[in-house]
Amino acid sequence: MTVRVQTADFDAGREIAELRGSDPRVGAVASFIGTVRDVNDAATVATMTLEHYPGMTEKALEAICAEAAARWNILDTLVIHRVGALHPGDRIVLVGVAGAHRGDAFAACEFIMDFLKTRAPFWKKETTPEGERWVEARASDDAAADRWKG
Amino acid sequence: MPMPDNSPPSVTAVTVRVVYLARLREAFGRSGESLAIAADAPDVAAVLATLRARDGVWARELAAGRAVRIAVNHQLVAADSPVREGDEVALLPPVTGG
Repeated sequence: MTVRVQTADFDAGREIAELRGSDPRVGAVASFIGTVRDVNDAATVATMTLEHYPGMTEKALEAICAEAAARWNILDTLVIHRVGALHPGDRIVLVGVAGAHRGDAFAACEFIMDFLKTRAPFWKKETTPEGERWVEARASDDAAADRWKG
Repeated sequence: MPMPDNSPPSVTAVTVRVVYLARLREAFGRSGESLAIAADAPDVAAVLATLRARDGVWARELAAGRAVRIAVNHQLVAADSPVREGDEVALLPPVTGG
């Protein structure tokens, strides 16, 4: 399990290759990359500043990855989340899951992302032509995380 | 003949470190503070009640129904979770990462 919170960009190809590693059991690597959109709620976004709660963030992400490993037959997980000032097109987050088969790898990857969006202490603030504003949480994100209950 | 016990119920006072994050940090104009909580059984709800009693922005931001989640020592907890001396109690607006 790898969890990193950093200001620097990441090389997704290299990170996914490292996640794949040399374990001969790995037959599937699923990944997700989240990027900054140029428009949110009809406003043009110039800068997206991400902050987090140091100390809790890493623990929360590790707990989410551990939960995924308990629920699906997977071999390794990777989460990299950036913080600081980002701009449209920039990468925000990379989630990767390595497993024997694609079904569990896809599901675990989506689960980690859904829980990251509702449980990990990150906050986005947008700078638009009208000024700064904190991004509002979406009910659809809670609904996405709720799918995994039971 | 023993005297009747007229002493008030025992009140425990604990001091916690409160941390305000993101929108709440800006609304309150500070990133955190040391806060003394006096309650029969100090818990997260008592921390919130102590802050709400300051009125103004505190009462507005922490009003019942506002979506504020609480982490004690970096773990999300429910309102009836106890707090102990020296705990770090963080107030989190709804998260928006990813």
